[in-house]
Amino acid sequence: MLAHALVFYLFSFITIASSLAVISARNTIHAVFFLILDFVSVSCLFIMMGAEYLGMLTLIVYVGAVAVLFLFVVMMLNVNFKELKSGFLGYVPFGAFIGIVLLIEIGIMLGTWRYKDKFIKTSEIEIDNDFSNTEAIGNVLYTDYLHYFQISGLILLVAMIGAILLTFRRKDNLKRQDITKQVSRERADGVLLSEIESFKGVKLND
Amino acid sequence: MIDISLGHYLFLAAIIFTIGIVGIFLNRKNVIVLLMSIELILISVNINLVAFSVYLQDIVGQVFTMFVLTVAAGEAAIGLAILVVFFRNKGSIHVEDINTLKG
Repeated sequence: MLAHALVFYLFSFITIASSLAVISARNTIHAVFFLILDFVSVSCLFIMMGAEYLGMLTLIVYVGAVAVLFLFVVMMLNVNFKELKSGFLGYVPFGAFIGIVLLIEIGIMLGTWRYKDKFIKTSEIEIDNDFSNTEAIGNVLYTDYLHYFQISGLILLVAMIGAILLTFRRKDNLKRQDITKQVSRERADGVLLSEIESFKGVKLND
Repeated sequence: MIDISLGHYLFLAAIIFTIGIVGIFLNRKNVIVLLMSIELILISVNINLVAFSVYLQDIVGQVFTMFVLTVAAGEAAIGLAILVVFFRNKGSIHVEDINTLKG
């Protein structure tokens, strides 16, 4: 039990410290790396709690996809980040005030909230300890939550199409295949029939 | 202190949530760090859902965490795509410059 507590405090300390570093880092690249550290320690917390599948999924999706996407964008845009950081200190008093008030509010709410003897459950799907975590999630996700699962897939599809459409740049000097133009071409556009007089030849004007 | 209960995880999530909100206030000029603060807020929500799921022995919380993950990934992709297009058009990512949509 002691080891569990020590590991929890270690991971949560790393998580909180790296979150603070994300919002206060001078260099945006450093902020992205601290974000990666944050995600890794949160996924360690998930695995510690017994949600192994979500821990691994957090590693794959957040570290492997989202953080790398951030890194790409930061490296691709040639932005003067020093200048963007200029008004930082001016916002500190206001931001700290809001943050402290918010933290006190949530703290009071959590501190005075009495754990009910019997939680009101939203569903009757209990964790079956005979299965592994992944199997248990799969049993629920592909049966009771199938429609939600498919809609989330649709969200990803729409996000992908949107990202491609937004960043796609059509170049004018490139020769492209225009299917509509090809299909709608008539015989008269391509073939010219003309009566040619003898010894005169034919003059085409194109 | 030694027994890690549900409350510990909830306080951790609350602290990360607050850091995310403060990050939005502090980095008013830098959209990339703003998006990262939103990711922090989403991960704190995930911690809440997973903690409740584990302590209530109810798997549905973890299923919903997956959906939050999906939305977070889509949001990051779209947000960064908008940012890239904006940088192409304006040559900067100043939040103050994003006012051409106003009526």
